[in-house]
Amino acid sequence: AEVMGRARSVVGWVLLTALAVLLCCPAALSSLDEEHPDSDTEHGESHGGNETGFHIVSFHWENVQTPYVIALWILVASLAQTVFHLSEKVTLVVPESILLIVLGLILGGIVWAADHTASFTLTPNVFFFYLLPPIILDAGYFMPNQQFFRNIGSILMYAIIGTVWNTVTTGLSLYGVFRTGIMGNLDAGLLEFLLFGSVIAAVDTVAVLTVFEEIHVNEALFIVVFGESLLNDGVTVVLYNVFNSFVAVGAGNIQGLDYFKGIVSFFVVSLGGIAIGIIFGFLLSLVTRFTKHVRVIEPGFVFVISYLSYLTSDMLSLSAILTIAFCGICCQKYVQANLCEQSIITVRYTMKMLASGAETIIFMFLGVSAVDTTIWTWNTPFILFTLVFISVYRVIGVVAQTWILNHYRVVQLEMIDQMVMSYGGLRGSMAFALVVLLDLKHVHEKRLFVSTTIIVVYFTIIFQGLTIKPLVKWLKIKRSQQKEPSLNEKLHERAFDHIVSAIEDISGQIGHNYLRDKWSRFDKKYLSKIMMRKSALISQDNLLSIFRELNLKDAISYLSEGERQGSLMFMHSSNDVNIDFTGPRYSVIDSSISAVLRESASDVCLDMKALENRVKSLKDQEEIVTHHTLQQLLYKPRKRYKLNYSRHKLVHNEGVKQDKEIFQQTMKKRLENLKSSKLGANHNIAFKNTKKEKGAKKKHSDAVPNRNLPTQSLALHADKDTQDVQPGQLIQENQGESNEKSVSDVEGHYDPSDGGISFLITPANNESDETRTGNSKSIPSPPPLPSPTTLDEKPISRKDDHVSQEDLSSEKPSRIFPSYLQKTWMQSYTSLENVESQVSTVSEHVAAQEESSTEIVLKATVDKTEEAKLNEDDHSTQLDREALDVKVQCAETLNEELEDNCPKDAALQEQKPLIIKDSKMHSAAAKRVQNRRSFHRPKPLRYPVLQKLGSLPVSCHIPPHSLEQEETQF
Amino acid sequence: MGSYSSHLSKIEDLQGIIQETGFTKAHICRLYDRFEELDKNNKGTLSREDFQRIGELAVNPLGDRIINAFFPNEKQTLDFRSFIRILACFRPTAKDKTADPNAPEPINSRTNKLRFAFQLYDLDGDGKISREELIQVLRMMLEAQVTDDQLESITDRTIQEADLDGDGAISFEEFRKSLENINLEHKMSIRFLQ
Repeated sequence: AEVMGRARSVVGWVLLTALAVLLCCPAALSSLDEEHPDSDTEHGESHGGNETGFHIVSFHWENVQTPYVIALWILVASLAQTVFHLSEKVTLVVPESILLIVLGLILGGIVWAADHTASFTLTPNVFFFYLLPPIILDAGYFMPNQQFFRNIGSILMYAIIGTVWNTVTTGLSLYGVFRTGIMGNLDAGLLEFLLFGSVIAAVDTVAVLTVFEEIHVNEALFIVVFGESLLNDGVTVVLYNVFNSFVAVGAGNIQGLDYFKGIVSFFVVSLGGIAIGIIFGFLLSLVTRFTKHVRVIEPGFVFVISYLSYLTSDMLSLSAILTIAFCGICCQKYVQANLCEQSIITVRYTMKMLASGAETIIFMFLGVSAVDTTIWTWNTPFILFTLVFISVYRVIGVVAQTWILNHYRVVQLEMIDQMVMSYGGLRGSMAFALVVLLDLKHVHEKRLFVSTTIIVVYFTIIFQGLTIKPLVKWLKIKRSQQKEPSLNEKLHERAFDHIVSAIEDISGQIGHNYLRDKWSRFDKKYLSKIMMRKSALISQDNLLSIFRELNLKDAISYLSEGERQGSLMFMHSSNDVNIDFTGPRYSVIDSSISAVLRESASDVCLDMKALENRVKSLKDQEEIVTHHTLQQLLYKPRKRYKLNYSRHKLVHNEGVKQDKEIFQQTMKKRLENLKSSKLGANHNIAFKNTKKEKGAKKKHSDAVPNRNLPTQSLALHADKDTQDVQPGQLIQENQGESNEKSVSDVEGHYDPSDGGISFLITPANNESDETRTGNSKSIPSPPPLPSPTTLDEKPISRKDDHVSQEDLSSEKPSRIFPSYLQKTWMQSYTSLENVESQVSTVSEHVAAQEESSTEIVLKATVDKTEEAKLNEDDHSTQLDREALDVKVQCAETLNEELEDNCPKDAALQEQKPLIIKDSKMHSAAAKRVQNRRSFHRPKPLRYPVLQKLGSLPVSCHIPPHSLEQEETQF
Repeated sequence: MGSYSSHLSKIEDLQGIIQETGFTKAHICRLYDRFEELDKNNKGTLSREDFQRIGELAVNPLGDRIINAFFPNEKQTLDFRSFIRILACFRPTAKDKTADPNAPEPINSRTNKLRFAFQLYDLDGDGKISREELIQVLRMMLEAQVTDDQLESITDRTIQEADLDGDGAISFEEFRKSLENINLEHKMSIRFLQ
């Protein structure tokens, strides 16, 4: 495999080189053209006679030259990226940005060797108009808004004060050193130095992100650095403009008022830029509200309007970067609510593609641009001092500001965070573009500034970029204790995390932000109403919007599938009930901080550390396995699994799966508790009831849910889904005294996923097992043996959910439900209530029907026999039914296999004789089973009974699926 | 906030609470807000349902256990005093306080923090975490894909590691011993907002 990989990368490199050569050809060609401008015309004249003739094929290089070269460069850059990623080892050690710069240097060298002029450089024009906007827009659009605004204070402080601090101190210090005369004779005054300071001060978004993406820092740190680098781009440009105009005016001509104007303009430019951005963002949201019928161009609006905001802001000489960033931030919510799903995906991918492409090109051109003798001037002291000053002042600035901020921050930025922040202060393309933009007429030392900037950019990106990862690792390991935590420690620590996070949720420590509450109210009241489509608005209210959507889709596909196959069989397929809680989980975001608080630094390379420690103190294999299992499979406290932003990848939220699992478990347990507490009274009544009544109840348990009780909740289905995966009964151990008992327990327990059914089975069980008192305190295990009827009924109720969702919602608004799952809960709850009421009325009604009890019992027997017959081919084993647990397993397999069913009516017809035969044959065994399971002893099976069964609604007597399969084979 | 003083007047025995819990007035006021927010029907007490309505708890694997911890001894309601007393357990421990041997143990002491955690495991309240109890908790905390075998193996190892007297269960003393090296003051503390 390694050889293959190497071969692949070799091929890649060859390809790249070939392309590079190809690139140089046009360059050479064009230079040739320039050198001999006359040859062409001479040529043309000499063949003037042929000019009128028709050329079948002609070569028009000059017509396509510019776009062609551009396209080729893009192709090279993209291919380079592809090649880099062929070998994971390389990109693991060396950040992509560095590789691109090196590639750019090589290509630039080739071009320069062929051409002797630097024909392709990163011009400020291209950079600011074409390359930067997509990157900033992408950052804004994918900005994790909640975190951003939660940390807005820190971000603003770092971005504004930090940048100003860096600018001023670097400029002043350089000027001071210059005055000592070390740097020799430079034609620059204080203002020029300050201007240079402003150029070099800003931490670059692009560079920082590429590095930070690769070292996985914790959320608080990430968002602070991300926000800072985004906003300080804007601040830098403003500062730059102020100083630039000062320089242009000349130091002597500046009056006191001008300084004041400079400060005012600083605020006007940045706040104005933000305002324009917000306006355009809302405009964009408004536009997308009405694009319902032009789905195809819908995504285009996002880009065009955002770009327009950028240009508008630039036109007004406001901070265009801040504008487009805030445009993205403002519109994201509404755009994502308004656009259709495909458009959203299109927007996301296009955004990523543009940003990622722009970034690649920027880095490559940073390399290419450096190969140009005309821009280089070397001044060792100046360059060295610049490097020293920017590093030192960055550290001082970060530490000082963090010290102040930590007094106000809930999530503290710790020492290691500060180290990472200071060290991660990479400079990038922005500085380069700005410095190139300088006017040589006013800034006489432009060349020195440019050279220095290039050196600084290279130094920070290459040197710091390469070393930051090992540094973080080293710091981490140094800080953390070497001892491997014991199992107990690991386990309980995680439990503590959960506890603290829960306590935080209870005490409402976060999400109590006054301003944010205000804003969200304002948003809900006015903005959303204006900006969002009506449909989007509705689903906005319901936090389960996506969840609902998915269900709707599911239901539709169910129906269509059923129609296509011309039967009701689709109702069986319980296994592809697809519940997804991937809806927008706003509530989760404003949750526990303590997890972050306590772990605020230790997210960095956590796994790596654990791994190394484990290797060091290697105990035994099993121990390692256990530790590994714990490491991998312990639920993480919320917050920890949240990824923020990645330039190159669309981030998926891994936490959803975990949340789903836990949620299902929780709901299951609560349902059980609720049932046992609510129905406790009913049980007692049930105990007193006669057997007949119970039988009647049972019958109706079969009949009722199918037609009259359509409200199985979605959450319940979700439970059902997981049952196969996790037969994780929490206290099975408690029950495992005897085989018999455990089986009866399992059957008797409430199965939350079956709603009414198992409830109805329970009385029978309780009757037999009278020693067992109310088991409300124990955590019952979901029975692995689902009654076939239950399975049948599920899809129906599922379908009906959508129909009955609305009219059910008002019944029990506030019993027990987590706020963001109200609806789900309400349904399940109502279904419970329904079951209950149905049952009680029904039981009265049917009490008279004495025979009906047998029916059910018979049915149970039949089911059992079927199962047995199917799963144990040997008839003799059927007779010996001592091992009841086998059957439990059978039921489980049945459950699993129950995916696609054949039309049941026909199947049933054919089955009847079989069933009877079987039942009769094994009536002794069946009896034993019945006794064991404390069912009534079945009366001799009779055909009429089965007929009666047949007359029941179809869905309640569908035979187990595997039997049908067997039938079809006949 | 404007309602500051009006809130405080509503709270009974404010001084007592301050003394007992160590919360400042601002804390108490804030927590009282929260208490009222949770109390949907303005009963003046909280019920289990009030807690279960907190959405985040539903996705907390130990959520229901923690809710139960707020309702000891089968109580069905929780008044503000008990509410804040439990929360006070999670106040960060002051470092530099000179230890006064005569003073009663503060509510947020290490032992109390440990005890809170311990009672989550110890369902039947017999002062020991039995194997079954541990399995239950582990099942909650581990992802669904863990098999029962794995679960039991982990449980056994955990007990083995902590069990000093060899009774196959973890007593509170053993629980505390096994967590000696953990910076509990840090781990089990919340920075309550002002």
